[in-house]
Amino acid sequence: MSSALALTWFARHELRLAWREWLAMMTGGRRKRKRAAVIGLVVFAAFLHIPAWAVIGRFADLQLPLDKSSLIVITATILLAWALMLSQAIESVTRVFYARADLDLIMSSPVRLANVFSIRIAAIALSITVMALLLSTPFVDVLAIGGGVRWLSAFGVVIAIGLTAAALAIAATIVLFRLIGPARTRLVAQILAAIIGAGFVIALQVAAILSYGTLSRFAVLTSDAAAAIAPGIDSIVWWPARAALGDGEALLLLLSFGLVLLGAVMAIFSGRFADTAVSASAQAGSGRQGTRAKAFLGGSRQQALRRKEFVLLRRDPWLISQTLMQLLYLVPPALLLWRSFADSSQAIVLITPVVVMAAGQLAGGLAWLTISGEDAADLVATAPLPASRVIRAKIEVVLIAIGVVFAPLVLALGFASPSQAAATAIGVVVGAASATSIQLWFRAQAKRSQFRRRQTSSRLATFAEAFSSIGWAATAALALAVPVAAIISGVMTAGLLAATWKFSPRQG
Amino acid sequence: MVAMTKVRMGVMKSEQSALQVRGLTKRFDRLAVDALDLTVRAGEYYALVGPNGAGKTTTLRMVAGLLKPDAGSVAIFGIDALSDPVAAKQMMAWVSDEPMIYDKLTPMEYLEFVAGLWGIDPAVSRKSAHELLASLGLEPHLDERCEGFSKGMRQKVALAGALVHEPRLIILDEPLTGLDAVSARHVKGLLGNRVRAGCTVIMTTHILEVAERMADRIGVIAAGRLVAEGTLAELRQQNGHTDTSLEDLFIALVDVEPAAA
Repeated sequence: MSSALALTWFARHELRLAWREWLAMMTGGRRKRKRAAVIGLVVFAAFLHIPAWAVIGRFADLQLPLDKSSLIVITATILLAWALMLSQAIESVTRVFYARADLDLIMSSPVRLANVFSIRIAAIALSITVMALLLSTPFVDVLAIGGGVRWLSAFGVVIAIGLTAAALAIAATIVLFRLIGPARTRLVAQILAAIIGAGFVIALQVAAILSYGTLSRFAVLTSDAAAAIAPGIDSIVWWPARAALGDGEALLLLLSFGLVLLGAVMAIFSGRFADTAVSASAQAGSGRQGTRAKAFLGGSRQQALRRKEFVLLRRDPWLISQTLMQLLYLVPPALLLWRSFADSSQAIVLITPVVVMAAGQLAGGLAWLTISGEDAADLVATAPLPASRVIRAKIEVVLIAIGVVFAPLVLALGFASPSQAAATAIGVVVGAASATSIQLWFRAQAKRSQFRRRQTSSRLATFAEAFSSIGWAATAALALAVPVAAIISGVMTAGLLAATWKFSPRQG
Repeated sequence: MVAMTKVRMGVMKSEQSALQVRGLTKRFDRLAVDALDLTVRAGEYYALVGPNGAGKTTTLRMVAGLLKPDAGSVAIFGIDALSDPVAAKQMMAWVSDEPMIYDKLTPMEYLEFVAGLWGIDPAVSRKSAHELLASLGLEPHLDERCEGFSKGMRQKVALAGALVHEPRLIILDEPLTGLDAVSARHVKGLLGNRVRAGCTVIMTTHILEVAERMADRIGVIAAGRLVAEGTLAELRQQNGHTDTSLEDLFIALVDVEPAAA
C-alpha cells in the first residue's frame, strides 16, 4: 500500500470510528434505535428553530456597516461559541491520549506515526467542527430565512473557529504534557475545559453585576463603556462578525487563518503527539502513589461504604472539574448577594433558582457515580448487609456532599434574607432528592469511567433530571415572587417526577 | 415448638455441608441451570468444570447471592441463603473472573474497606491485610492506587479482599485466568493453605490440570446439570476407565451429555 493510500485508508477508519461513536451516543449503544435516533434528531433540530428564532430572529436584518455595539454583541456570541468548542476540543484531545484503546496497535504498526497522528489531529478538528455546524444550523437558518442567504457565510465562520479551537486545544494539551507531565495533565486539562466553557459567560456576568447590578450579559456588551474601549470598526477584531454577516473577504481570511493554524499545529505537533501518547500510556501503566487513607478503619459497615464513596469522589478528576464548574456558575449569584448588602437590589431573587438548579444537576451526577457507577458491584452485592442499607449509605453520601457545597451559600443568603434562604434551602433539598431519586429508579450497573456516557443509558432519565432541576428552580423562585404560581409549578414538577417513576424500569 | 425443632434438625443435618443446593433453576433466553442439585462438604476443595455456557458461573452467582434463582434452594452451612442472605454472606466470599476493584483506592485501602463491610475488627484486619498482600507479592505496591495495576495484580488484590474477612466458604470463578506462573502458584498455595485450615473452596476452572491436581472432588456440569461428580478415581470408575486423564473424561462426559439430554 502506498503512503498516500495508507493515509486515506486511515482517514476513512478515523471517520468511521467518529461516526459510530457519535451514533452510539445518540442511540445509547442500541443499533436498532438508529432510525428512531435520526428521526428524533431531525425533530429536535426542527424544534430548535423556535428558540433560535426567539433569541436571534430580531438580528436577521442587520447589515454591514454596523455600529460598535452590534459588532461587540456578534463578536461576543462568536467568542462564546469558540470558547465552548475549545473546551470540547480539550476534552477530545485528552480522551485520545488516555482512553483510545488502539494506541498500542497503531504505534506497533509499520506506519509513519507523524502521518497517522496528523490524520488523527484532523479528525479531532473535523468532529468538533461538524458538531458545531449541527448545533449552529437552526440559528443560521433563522438568520438566513429572515435576512437573506448572505447569512449562510456564518457556517464558514463556524468552520474557521472550529479549526482554530481544535488547533489550540492540541497545542495547549501537548504543552501541558511537557510542562507538568502526563499525570497532572489529565486533571488540569479537564479543569481547564470546564473553566474555558463556563468562564466567558461568567466573566461577562461578573462584569455586568459589578457595573450594573444585573445578571444580564447584554448590559455590558451594549454599554457605552464597552463601545468606548472597543477598537475601531476597521479593526481585525471584527473579522469574524463581518464574515458572519456575509463579508466574503473577511470570511476567506478567517478560513485561511484557521487552516494555516491547524496545518502548523499538525506540522509541529504530530511527531510529538506520538511521544505524548507514549508518555500517557506509560503513566497509565505505572502505579500512582496514594496518600495513605485511614478512612476505612473502624465504624459500622455503612460507615465503611460512605467513607469509600467519599474517598472515590475526592479522587475523581471529572467530579473535581464538574464541581469547580458548578462553583464557577455560583460566582455571579454570590457576587450579586455580596452587592445586595450595599443596595437593596431585587436582583438577589435570581440567586435562588441558580442555586437550586446547580444543586439538582450536581446531585444527579453524584448520584450516578455512587449508585450506578459501582466498580466493585459484585463485592458490594456479596457483602453481608441488606441492599437497602447499601443504597441508603450511597444516598446519604450524595446529600451530605450537596450539603457541604451549598450550605455556606444558603447560610450567607440567610443574613441577607432569611425567608429567601429558607426557600432556597428547601429547593436545594427537594431538587437534590429528586435528581437522586431519578438516578435510583433508573440505576444500571456501570463503571465509573463510563460517566461521560451516562445519559445514553436512558434518555428519559436524562430529560427528567434536567426538567426536574429546572422545575424546582422555577418553583423556588416563584415561591418568593408569586406564591400561587409556585404551587402550580411545584405540582407540575412533582407530576413529572411521578410520571418518570411510572415509566422507570422495575428494579430487582 | 415442633416447627422450631424441625428447623434445628435441618440445621444440624446440613452442618456437614458447606453448600447444599437443591433444584436450582435459572432461565435467561434459554435454560441456564436446570434443577441442579449440588453438595459440597465443609473443608473440601471442590472444582466445578464444564464447557463454555454450561451454567457454572450462573450457578455460583446464584449461590453468592448475585442472581436470584427462578426455583430451588441454596443453603450455606445450613443457613438458607435465599431467606437470610445477610447471614449467609457473612460466611462466604466471592471472587469474579474479572477482578472488580476500585482504581482510585490502594490495595491496603481496598482490603480495609472490605474488612469494614464484613464488620471485622480494624486491628485484626490491618494485620491480616498486610500479611495477605505480602504473601501475594504486593508489598511494594501497598500504597499505590490500583489504576495502573496489571490484570494479574488486580486479580491478586481481589483475592486478598476475599480472604481478609476469613470466610468459611470461598467461591472463585476462574481464579487463575490472567495470572503468570509465579502468581498462579502463589494463589494455588494460598487456597491450599486455607483448605488445610478448614476453609471450603469452590471454584470453576477451564484448566483441567488444576482441577485434577488441587481439588478433592470435581463436579462436571453440562447444559445446566451436574453430569458427573466425585474424586478423579471415582470419575474414572464411573466411566469405566482406569487410566484416563481428566481431560479425556471431561470430553467424553460433555460430548455424551447433549445427546443424552
